[in-house]
Amino acid sequence: MKTKSIMIVGVGGQGSLLASRLLGNVLLAQGFDVKVSEVHGMSQRGGSVVTYVKYGDAVCSPVIEKGEADAIICFEQLEAARWLPYLKKGGHLITSVQKIDPMPVITGSATYPENIVEKLENLGADVTSVDALSLAEKAGSAKASNVVLMGVVSTKMDFDVKLWHNAVEQCVPSKFLELNKTAFELGRNSVR
Amino acid sequence: MKKLMLGNEAFARGLYEAGCRVVSSYPGTPSTEITESAAKYDEMYAEWAPNEKVAMETAIGASIAGARSFCGMKHVGLNVAADPLYTAAYTGVTGGMVIAVADDPGMHSSQNEQDSRHHAIASKVLMLEPSDSSECKEFTKTAFDLSEKFDTPVIVRLSTRVSHSQSSVELCDRQERELIEYKKNPQKYVMMPAFAKGRHVVVEERLEKLREYAEVSPLNRVEISQTAEFGVITSGISYQYAKEALGERASILKLGTVNPLPVKLIQNFASKYEKVYIIEELDDIIETHCRKIGVNNIIGKELFGYIGEISQAIVAEKILGVTIDTTSFTENVPNRPPVMCAGCPHRGLFYCLSKLGVMVSGDIGCYTLGAAAPLCAMDTTICMGASISALHGFNKARGAEAEKHSVAVIGDSTFMHSGMTGLVNIAYNATNSTVIILDNSITGMTGHQQNPTTGKNLKGDPAAAVNLEELCHAIGIKRVRVVDPYCLAETEKAIREELEIAEPSVIISRRPCALLKYVKHKPALKTNADKCRSCKMCMKLGCPAISMKNGKAVIDHTQCVGCGICREMCKFDAITE
Repeated sequence: MKTKSIMIVGVGGQGSLLASRLLGNVLLAQGFDVKVSEVHGMSQRGGSVVTYVKYGDAVCSPVIEKGEADAIICFEQLEAARWLPYLKKGGHLITSVQKIDPMPVITGSATYPENIVEKLENLGADVTSVDALSLAEKAGSAKASNVVLMGVVSTKMDFDVKLWHNAVEQCVPSKFLELNKTAFELGRNSVR
Repeated sequence: MKKLMLGNEAFARGLYEAGCRVVSSYPGTPSTEITESAAKYDEMYAEWAPNEKVAMETAIGASIAGARSFCGMKHVGLNVAADPLYTAAYTGVTGGMVIAVADDPGMHSSQNEQDSRHHAIASKVLMLEPSDSSECKEFTKTAFDLSEKFDTPVIVRLSTRVSHSQSSVELCDRQERELIEYKKNPQKYVMMPAFAKGRHVVVEERLEKLREYAEVSPLNRVEISQTAEFGVITSGISYQYAKEALGERASILKLGTVNPLPVKLIQNFASKYEKVYIIEELDDIIETHCRKIGVNNIIGKELFGYIGEISQAIVAEKILGVTIDTTSFTENVPNRPPVMCAGCPHRGLFYCLSKLGVMVSGDIGCYTLGAAAPLCAMDTTICMGASISALHGFNKARGAEAEKHSVAVIGDSTFMHSGMTGLVNIAYNATNSTVIILDNSITGMTGHQQNPTTGKNLKGDPAAAVNLEELCHAIGIKRVRVVDPYCLAETEKAIREELEIAEPSVIISRRPCALLKYVKHKPALKTNADKCRSCKMCMKLGCPAISMKNGKAVIDHTQCVGCGICREMCKFDAITE
C-alpha cells in the first residue's frame, strides 16, 4: 500500500502527543509500517504544535510536507486554517471547534478569523467538526479532548474497534483509563 | 517482538541490549529521552549530571573502570563536553564508551544550528549516523563493539527527526558483560605531555584503521536501482527524504560512518554516474570530502544550502523540479508563538523587569520566552550560564550606573550547569551585579528533569539537594534574598532595592513550575464584566488564559490555574475567584 499521511495539529499542551501515539499503535497493530514524528522542547509551550503519522508497506520520511496529508486532525480551529496547505486535494479535515487565542490576538496585534469551518468548506476541504471540548468535559476532563477526537477519527478508518480500545489502554495512564474510554465513545458516537 | 519507539527510546534499548552499565547525561532537546528511557532499565545505572562535561567525564571514568558507558547531549552540549572528548580520543577506552549527540537542524528548540560532525573530525573520533529507530538501536550496539575493537570513544549523531520519530523496532535480550579488569596504565590514561605525545601517534594510526574500516563497514550501504538516472550520497535522516522523493530514479550510497568517511567506496560509486547529488543537512562535510578525494561530478550545497532541514519535498523540487499545488486559507492566520504557560511563576518576575525597564542578561530555559511580547524583558541569550558572566562583563564595561539598571536571569538547573562559576567571577572580581535565580524546582523546558537543587535524582529517589542560599553565601555574595514571584509588589520591591545597593546580590525567585504534578492549583478565576473598565492592565502579563471579548477581559477556565497575579494587576476588583 502506498504511504498514507495524517497530521495532528493543535496548541502545545492539548495532548497531541498522546493522540499521535494512540493512532500509531492502532496502525502498528493493523500490520502497517508506521512512523510517528513528534515535537518536544520549546515549541510545546503553548505554541502551534504538529505531529505526523505515516503508514503503509514501507514508510521512509517521518515528516509530511505541503499538499501531502490525506487527513488533518485539528485540536483547535485556527490551527486547522494554519495547516490547510498541508492537506491533499480532497483530503479529510477533522476539527474540534475549540478556539484558543494566540498571543498576537491577546495583545491585539492580530485578529482571530471568523467562521473558519465554513471558510474551510468553501475552499473545498472535506470537514468534520466536533465540539470535542464539551464532550471531553462531559467525560470528566477537558484534557480528554484528544481522545474524543480519536473517537471521531476511528469512524473514518476501517479498523476493528478493538484495536482502538487496546491502544487507549496502552497509551493512557490507568488512573484516567475509564474517563478516556468514555471520551473515546462520546467522540465515536458523535458522528453516528 | 516489534514495538513502536522513538529514536531516543530505541537508542536506550540499544544501550540496554549492549550491556551498558553506566549512563550519565545532561538533558537537552532533542536528546533527553535517551537517558529518561535508559533509567527505566534496572540493569543500568543512569543519572542526570550537572552538565555535559561532568556527564562525559563520568562516562570516561566508568569506561576506565571496565564498564560499557554512555553519555548523551544535544549539539551545543557537546561544546561543553568538548574538553574531555578531545583528550578521551587520546586515552581511548577500557569498556566501550558511546556518546550520543543530537543536532537540531531547523532549530526547533535550540539557540544555534551547529553541525556536530565537525567535533568528530576535530577530535578524530569515529562517528556513526542512524536514520530511523531500528538503526538507532543497532548502531548503538555496533558502536560499543567498535569502541572496544578500535579503543576509542564512538559518537552516534542523531537529529531531531530521528530522535523524535517513532518507528518499529525489533527487541532483543540484553547481553550482560563482566567488568573488564582494572589495570593501572599511566602511559595510556595520564595525559601529561610525555605520555600524550605517544598517544597522539596512536590516534593517527587508529584513524587510518578506521578509514580502512569505513571502506568495508556494513553500516555503509549501496542501494542500486536498475532505472537510476543519477547517484545520491547521503546519511541519516536525509537518506529517508531522498528515498521517499526519488524512489527508483536514483541509486543511493547511504553512509553510516560519517567520520571518517570512506574514500574508495565513494570514488567507485560516483564513477558509475554522470551526476551525483550530495544530500546532507547543515554543513558540506560529505561534499568537501568528495572534492578532497577527487570526486567532482557532484552537486550539493549549491542546491540545498546550509540552513535548516531538508525534506522529501525539497529533494523533489531541487532535483526533479516537482512541486505540489496547495490551498491556503483566505485570510491572514495569526502566528502562535510559544508562550509561558498560564500560572508560570516566571511571568510575575518578568512583568516586574518589564515595568522597571532594566537591561536583562538572559539564559537558556522556558524563561527565555520572557523575551517575547508583551513582556519583552530580555536583552541577550547566548548559551547555558552566559547570563551571569555576560552581565559581569556588561557592568565592567559600562560601570556603576549600568549596575543599577541591569540584571541577569537564570533558572535553577542552568545555574547548576554553568551559572555558578559566573557568580564566582562576580564575587571575586567585584561588580555590584544583581543576579536573579528563577528557582522553579525542576528543569522545565526539556520536560521536567530533576537537577541537583530538587532533592531528587533521575529515578525520582531522594537525593542531596544544593541549598542555593548557602551556596551563594559561600561563593561570597552577602546579599541573598528569596521572593515569591506570585507576589508582584514584593518581587518589584526586592529588585529595586538590590539594584540600588552598591553590592553584588542574588534574588532567588522561588515557586515550583505550574505543570509539576504535585503543585495544587487553585480554582480558575473569573472576570466581572460590570466591574471591568477595559483598561487592559491584566493583558500586560501576556497570560494565554486572558483575552478580551467584546471589549471586556475574560479568563479561559480550561487554562487558568488561579495564580492570581492578574487579580493583583486589576485596580477595579473585576477579577475574582
